[in-house]
Amino acid sequence: MLGKLDWSAIPFDQPIPLVAGGVVLVAILGVLAWVVVRGHLPYLWHEWITSVDHKRIGVMYILLASVMLLRGGSDAIMMRIQQAVAYQSQGYLPPEHYNQIFSAHGTIMIFFVAMPFVIGLMNLVVPLQLGVRDVAFPTLNSVGFWLTATGALLVNLSLVIGEFARTGWLAFPPLSGLSYSPGVGVDYYAWSLQISGVGTLVAGINLVTTVLKLRTKGMNYLRMPMFCWTTLASNLLIVAAFPILTATLAMLLLDRYLGFHFFTNEAGGNVMMFMNLIWAWGHPEVYILVLPAFGIFSEVVSTFSGKALFGYRSMVLATMAICVISFMVWLHHFFTMGAGPDVNAIFGIASMIIAVPTGVKIYNWLFTMYGGRIRFATPMLWAVGFMVTFIIGGLTGVLVAVPPADFMLHNSMFLVAHFHNVIIGGVLFGAFAGFEYWFPKAFGFRLDERWGKAAFWFTFVGFYVTFMPLYIAGMLGMTRRLQHYDVAAWRPWMFVAAFGMAVLSVGVICQIMQLVVSIRNREALRDRTGDPWDGRSLEWATSSPPPVFNFAFNPDVRGEDAYWDMKAKAQQQSLEHDEPEYQDIEMPRNSPTGFVCAFFATIMGFALIWHIWWMVMVGGVGAFATFVVFAWRDHDEYVIPAAEVARIDRVNLEERRSLVSMAGAV
Amino acid sequence: MSMTATAGHAHADPHHIGLVIEHPGPASKRIVTAYGFWVFLLSDIVMFSCFFAAYAVLVHQTADGPKGSEIFEQRNVAIETVCLLLSSFTCGMASIAADVRNRFWFYLGMTVTCVLGLIFLVIEFREFADLVARGYGPSRSAFLSSFFSLVGCHGLHVSAGVLWLLTMMAQVFAKGFRADVLRRMMCFALFWHALDIIWVGVFSVVYLLGSAV
Ligand code: HEM
Ligand SMILES: [Cu+2]
Repeated sequence: MLGKLDWSAIPFDQPIPLVAGGVVLVAILGVLAWVVVRGHLPYLWHEWITSVDHKRIGVMYILLASVMLLRGGSDAIMMRIQQAVAYQSQGYLPPEHYNQIFSAHGTIMIFFVAMPFVIGLMNLVVPLQLGVRDVAFPTLNSVGFWLTATGALLVNLSLVIGEFARTGWLAFPPLSGLSYSPGVGVDYYAWSLQISGVGTLVAGINLVTTVLKLRTKGMNYLRMPMFCWTTLASNLLIVAAFPILTATLAMLLLDRYLGFHFFTNEAGGNVMMFMNLIWAWGHPEVYILVLPAFGIFSEVVSTFSGKALFGYRSMVLATMAICVISFMVWLHHFFTMGAGPDVNAIFGIASMIIAVPTGVKIYNWLFTMYGGRIRFATPMLWAVGFMVTFIIGGLTGVLVAVPPADFMLHNSMFLVAHFHNVIIGGVLFGAFAGFEYWFPKAFGFRLDERWGKAAFWFTFVGFYVTFMPLYIAGMLGMTRRLQHYDVAAWRPWMFVAAFGMAVLSVGVICQIMQLVVSIRNREALRDRTGDPWDGRSLEWATSSPPPVFNFAFNPDVRGEDAYWDMKAKAQQQSLEHDEPEYQDIEMPRNSPTGFVCAFFATIMGFALIWHIWWMVMVGGVGAFATFVVFAWRDHDEYVIPAAEVARIDRVNLEERRSLVSMAGAV
Repeated sequence: MSMTATAGHAHADPHHIGLVIEHPGPASKRIVTAYGFWVFLLSDIVMFSCFFAAYAVLVHQTADGPKGSEIFEQRNVAIETVCLLLSSFTCGMASIAADVRNRFWFYLGMTVTCVLGLIFLVIEFREFADLVARGYGPSRSAFLSSFFSLVGCHGLHVSAGVLWLLTMMAQVFAKGFRADVLRRMMCFALFWHALDIIWVGVFSVVYLLGSAV
């Protein structure tokens, strides 16, 4: 009846996951109870859960990423403490628990923090920057988000019911095969990534179509803001790479569930094929993450330098070059596995070539700043911090891309330092920069600058104190994923790293404080102009937060930096013009499809993990029925009458006129 | 309104070299839908390529089990191919009928497509069942694993296509040739044709080249 599920699945003998799970459960129940008692449920349901508005979905993505960042972060803290104390001793974590922690940490950080964060920002901002009303497929967008949430939920469920994979975040076979991992850990891993992967693919298709087909009038390709370009590149990579992940995990699952022999040791299975497939997805994946961050930095640097982006066209070219080249270097992840010197040399050189377009970007940002009027607001701090940090990460990347060097450094702490260097210093800093930069747009008030700056400095310093020692430990020969060790020379560096982790955590706490303080003071921080940073692209042309329909009229774009031009012209000309004729606007109707689909997907995923076949049927049929019901709907749009559009837009215009005339008076 | 009004005066764009065509604005719903679906199909083809690649890597890994030439039956495959290619034709007829809003030819085209698809599926299922019965199931060898996965993945797509086809017929029955129904019909037709193209790949790589192994 319940497949493999019984009471032994709940780890009563292990206090840490149980307590953690219990705390989370109590927190969730507490929030739910609060929501129900205060009567917020209808509001949540109508305004958020069933919303198909790209801005709302973007915010929910970012919320999910932030919550999961705390989860992944606590894993990281546990690991750093373990390695600090586990010198000539077992430490405080049993080995198989430690293995689960580092696997869950990697999986969560990549799939449920970095991905949702950048997808959330792209969702929130790109339609606004393109001057349009929504993404190409709004309901699908909601489906994509909720499937991602399903994946995250399943991973967290593994904390209390069963176990998580102990195979690392890429589940290499044969370790992840049935004979070496008979438990449900790898199944949790594979099904949560399969389900959230579908969500990611949907988001990718949506954003590619949005950028290519929905741009407003006059928004030629070479007038798109840089963030739209990097969004396009990143989502093209999603569309091309995520199916590879889907296929690879499907093969692994077939091996595990039906005794196939793709990656087994017996009957002709081929483990190296897994390596090739997973890295053919995995290397593009790191660029899926970092390209949007590059876009964010481009926007931030040009806004806070008060200058147009230097070398816009070379930036576009560099972006697309990275998009293409990132598909040709995957093999550098297994130089040491016997491909031979010729293959290694070719892939080593190909890998290093990526540093060229990346370098172009760095120089462009520097030249944008050069001679500009720089304002060091919080987003700009993140951008500058990123530039310094990312250069170090890129350089160590080029170093490990040299095959002979990689033979020494592969699977060492040096490698761990490299990829944290690029992923934290690149993607996470980018996500934070974007968060600070666009927060006023999403919510209509700015974030507290003092806490923001404190958060930046603690995170920045904490990052260096945590990860620079890992480079050294790696060069001293320390390999990654060690549960405990006996080498005295490594120990001091592990202490320093653990201390750095503490500093980093203060940064995170500052960020939470910033949010709390800003929400408290939101009246004082209110942004009435819609343009708190003196921005250059179209998202600043509408009010904050924008009305559901974003723009009363689709803007007409005449050059790069569309909004900057408009402001400049508005100052030259008088501000008197006739009121335009407002028209009715059709918007997509809210729909519970995404939420219901994810509900059934969760049931199905859970049932598959535990081999509860009748429940799999329930989930599958439910999901199909949801689709049919959705396909049967008759009215998927509603109309906002012209009078309402006019009322909303006039308020916005009034604020804006006063802004422009004030700026003109200065 | 600020945007249109303030930017309403054309001015020289420094990058405007005369050749650049002004972007006219968002595309129509029909184009956006078809485009998005194309992108999905491309990603689906990427997924198939992985199974093709796996097949190519594992085709010689028979673990002393049967080789391709020992188990493939060209006659069945030929019938399957004819069915699928014909069904693409009838699907095209149904699309045209939908475009000119002719119910009779639409239903006829779709029904024939459905029947051909089902025949294809039955033959494939019999082939699989027969192999399993002879002890040549997917867990016999890596070669057979990759064979069953590649061909089976295509078969699953065809099954999904048949379900979708029936849904389309029901939708036209219940709602007529409404704009959104027509858009879905267009996507369905794209899907069905794409399956045909993939089958040509399966046919050549698995059955033709595989028989030579
Ligand atoms: C100039 C650019 C870069 C080069 C040349 C480069 C090179 C490499 C090489 C050769 C490896 C494999 C090392 C080994 O396994 O021994 C590696 C690992 C890694 N890199 Fe990079 N990299 C670059 C940029 C990036 C960026 C931008 C990111 C992320 C946003 C990134 C994320 C990673 C990750 C996550 C791994 C480790 C994967 C694992 O084994 O778990 N890299 N890099
Ligand atoms: Cu790589």
